Amino acid sequence: MTVENILGELEGLRNSALGELTLITGVESLDHWRVSYLGRRGALTQILRGLADLPSEDRRNVGAVANGIKAVLEQGFLDTQVRIRDEELRSRGKFDVTLPGRPTSMGRLHPTTQIVREICDAFVSMGFQVAEGPEVEWDRYNFEMLNIPKDHPARDMWDTLWVDYEDENKDRPMLLRTHTSPMQIRIMENTEPPIRVVIPGKCYRYEATDATHEWHFYQVEGLAVDEGITFSDMKGTLFEFARMLFGSDRKVRFRVDYFPFVEPGAEMAIDCFVCRGRGCRVCRNSGWIEIMGAGMVNPKVLEGIGYDSSRYTGFAFGMGPERIAMLKYGIDDIRLFYSNDLRFLRQF
Amino acid sequence: MKVPLSWLRDYVALTLQNDDLAHSLTMAGTEVGAIEVVGEFWDQVFVGYVESVTPHPNADRLRLATIRLSEEEEITVVCGAPNINSGQKIAFAKVGATLIDSRTGEKEILKSARIRGIESSGMVCSARELGMGDDNTGILVLSEGANVGEPLADILGDVIFDLELTPNRSDCFSVLGIAREISALSGQKFVEPDTFKYQYDNGEIPLTVTIDDVDLCRRYTAIVIENVKVGPSPLWMQDRLIKSGQRPINNVVDITNYVMLEYGQPLHAFDLNTVKGGKILVRPAKDGEEFETLDGTKHILKYPMLVICDAERSIGLAGVMGGLNTEIREETTTVLLESANFDPINTRRTAQALRIRTEAASRFEKGLQPELAPIALRRAMDLIIQLSGGVLRGGIVDIYPQPRDLPRILFSMKRLKQVLGMEVPKSQVEEILSSLGFILDWQDNIEVNVTIPYWRSDISQADDLVEEIARIIGYDEIPTTMLSTAPPVHQSQNDREFREDIRDALVICGMQETISYPLTTLSSLEATSNLNDHPLPLRVAHPMSSELEYLRTSLRGSVIATLSANQRHSDQGFKLFELGRVYIPRSGDLPLEREMAVGIVSGLRLSGGWLTKEDNMDFFDAKGILEAVFNIINIDIIFEPGEDDLFIPGRCARVISAGSVVGIMGEINDSVLDGFEIELSPVILFELDVSNLLDIIPKEGSHYKPLSRYPGAYQDLAVVLDNNIDASAVKNIIERHSTVVSSILFDLYEGEGVQEGKRSLAYRVLFQSVDRTLTGDEVNSIRSEILKDLNDELGASLRG
Repeated sequence: MTVENILGELEGLRNSALGELTLITGVESLDHWRVSYLGRRGALTQILRGLADLPSEDRRNVGAVANGIKAVLEQGFLDTQVRIRDEELRSRGKFDVTLPGRPTSMGRLHPTTQIVREICDAFVSMGFQVAEGPEVEWDRYNFEMLNIPKDHPARDMWDTLWVDYEDENKDRPMLLRTHTSPMQIRIMENTEPPIRVVIPGKCYRYEATDATHEWHFYQVEGLAVDEGITFSDMKGTLFEFARMLFGSDRKVRFRVDYFPFVEPGAEMAIDCFVCRGRGCRVCRNSGWIEIMGAGMVNPKVLEGIGYDSSRYTGFAFGMGPERIAMLKYGIDDIRLFYSNDLRFLRQF
Repeated sequence: MKVPLSWLRDYVALTLQNDDLAHSLTMAGTEVGAIEVVGEFWDQVFVGYVESVTPHPNADRLRLATIRLSEEEEITVVCGAPNINSGQKIAFAKVGATLIDSRTGEKEILKSARIRGIESSGMVCSARELGMGDDNTGILVLSEGANVGEPLADILGDVIFDLELTPNRSDCFSVLGIAREISALSGQKFVEPDTFKYQYDNGEIPLTVTIDDVDLCRRYTAIVIENVKVGPSPLWMQDRLIKSGQRPINNVVDITNYVMLEYGQPLHAFDLNTVKGGKILVRPAKDGEEFETLDGTKHILKYPMLVICDAERSIGLAGVMGGLNTEIREETTTVLLESANFDPINTRRTAQALRIRTEAASRFEKGLQPELAPIALRRAMDLIIQLSGGVLRGGIVDIYPQPRDLPRILFSMKRLKQVLGMEVPKSQVEEILSSLGFILDWQDNIEVNVTIPYWRSDISQADDLVEEIARIIGYDEIPTTMLSTAPPVHQSQNDREFREDIRDALVICGMQETISYPLTTLSSLEATSNLNDHPLPLRVAHPMSSELEYLRTSLRGSVIATLSANQRHSDQGFKLFELGRVYIPRSGDLPLEREMAVGIVSGLRLSGGWLTKEDNMDFFDAKGILEAVFNIINIDIIFEPGEDDLFIPGRCARVISAGSVVGIMGEINDSVLDGFEIELSPVILFELDVSNLLDIIPKEGSHYKPLSRYPGAYQDLAVVLDNNIDASAVKNIIERHSTVVSSILFDLYEGEGVQEGKRSLAYRVLFQSVDRTLTGDEVNSIRSEILKDLNDELGASLRG
């Protein structure tokens, strides 16, 4: 065989092999093609074997050509393999992906649980701890030790559900706590400063329900007491909280308010995030939404516990998580929270 | 409290826009809840002069009134008001004016009309038609000084602030108190009414006053005015009273109300001719004493409610309401005017016990100081003498057994900085406190003795003054800092975190959390739980409704009720839970508040759909949830047959961990479901005693077990045994062998091929060792051992 003949034969082999490849549609025929061209007894191998008779220079030249063709065929094999797999995947048929999925059962936390956790977490990140206390309380903790003596007109601020229980003096000292503030007293009675604590929990008031009033609701109370705590620390802490819950561009406003257990007393509002302070229905056109009461712990309260009020100062605050959830989620009726309509609860 | 700005202007110049003034008051603690504008729509209403009134030719009750509005303009209109007379000045609405329709209360545009054949273009208005209160009995007659043709808005238009006051500031329940606030906030001068303008003859007063209890009545001042002509009070006074929300009655009563609104000091006027013996005695009532207040209500009094008595009987309920027997009437000519100081707590108790809410009681209960009584008395005296033609008989009676000095507080600039966290210059402290009426006596540059003005009953300690300074500066001016002190040492919160883990685990297992009211009915508790385990549930003293009467001792009824309420509007199955408190009564103490979790499972396993077989959940769905929950919280539990009246007998299990019962579950019996009107079946409930679980929190947490590097071998094991033997007994025997890693029940069979009274249980058992590959022979021999144990202990045989 001449070099020319061999080269011609190689060229022919290349063309017919590549031509056949384009027609192959299955894995089996591709394998057959591989065996017949690239296999040990395949056509290309046969030709290469014949090179042994050629002079060494020719052998080198023809060998280079033959190896080039081998590489082309191998590449062709790999490409075809991909093409066939591709075609096979396409042939499996498509899904109507808009059909509903197979249902999985799932539950959700009550929105109050979610918002209470969110509020507590914000304060925990500022070094506060979470504590809880009894919902059925003594007058002493709910009122008296909070500087709200018996027959004080400030008691009108908390319409109370009294428990039908009389002590030996025929007094009725047991009640459903009207706020989480009694825990301020319980904590201070059992702890020495420094104190930084938030107290979530249920509260109760003797009150007719409507879209903005519930007789049964939650509060999150907070208390920080130590040497050197100031009104400006209170502003900073509550401002930081408002930013965590309502966004970092939030503005806050403090105005004077009255709660017997704090002095000076304040109410904190955030700028309305619905209208950005321009005035809308949510903020009753004021541009501000009141979200909590706060103040410096009244020295009378500290002294009642036995703290030295000239040494220790502190601040306390309290807020209604339902109201915060209503603002965040645009809920317009507080009664939805505890009527347990699943159509409501499943939205959160 | 409603305060017309026109009244405030008598004492302080209002330099701010109304909105800014409202904001400034609100920020400083006196919240302006609403701003009401009187006369906003009066642009077509003018002062008119009634030239003549003649009969309507076609109607007996109507008349024709000719109204002059200017030299050139006279209009004749038809008028039905009984009180119209020539020579009056009245409010005349031209055609096109906006008025309030007296029937509907809606705004209407006035049109000209023919009334009984006479054209009538315009209208003489009543107070109600102008939106000034409810009086529609006749036209509004204006004062004689009104200028004909002047827009009505110029003389009667006003802006009213509706204030939401806090109970500590008794001084703000008065126009003067609000004026003082505005003065301090705006820097405008505050001018008090001059009550020493007139000097009166100090003859002998025909009255003796005795106070029996000087703690309950610290001061009693009074005067007698003779020759009083009782009649309507002047229009300007009526106007102010109406705008402040009071109904004008007669000049004498109106003046007592006017001065109360102005100063915050309640006063009472008696008809002296009905006061017997010229004597006043202030004494605590006797138990059972009867008294008829001037509203005609008879009350039974109790010691120590305070009464005002004459020589023979009680004539007033001190600080609350006067008596019908000495009321001011049209024929009254001699007035005894009382301005006294009554104890706040006793007044409040009296008003609450007798269920009387009066303006007087609500002021006394907030605490007034004795210095105010004679000041308000002089003011009322001046007004009565000016406006009712009376003359003072004798001087002022002033019984004040224990006069006090105004209280003083030692205040330090150091405390101011300690509380606020900022420095305030001494000059600013001086300026602010002086503007509020405090008198300062500096000891040095740091300490100052502050005398509290009589009207500030709320100031009793240095920090009260800190608030005064801060609120006038404005809270916005106080810097914002972060807590710089070291946070407290972290306390472990295991219990709460563990409880929240349980809540999360329930949610992960597909349960929806609900929260319900802890007050319920006794019958709901009786129907769902055993009330014999503890004393009767606590009851609230005055329940808001019969549905909210008892503090729950069990959560079961709450969750069952939630299912009942939701059963109709859901196309899905129900997996609900509540994790909350129950309140177990304890003798002489607060109840024990225990955390419980109750879950309920019923309805479709998966919501219906094109892929799912519609199938109802049952006992084992609920059990599977419980097993998963305990798996998540890492507590080992076992189930044992249990019993509870809530459940169908034989379909109840106790959940046991570390030897103690931590829960119960079962299929709710039909009578309970019927009682709650639940149509679903079956309904499975589980109850976990979370407080009890907290005691067995795994102290160690999860512990790593090395993974076996050797292959395991599965073998099936089917045994036949008596069908009253618990499956757990079989599983326990299989799994107690150390090379058994797990066993899963994959088949349970009863029926053909298995002897009556027996059942077949088939387990897939995984054998595996941590240190070697088990050979087939080894596995077979372990299997034989297990079979032998099953046979020996349970009489089980290999299923052929």
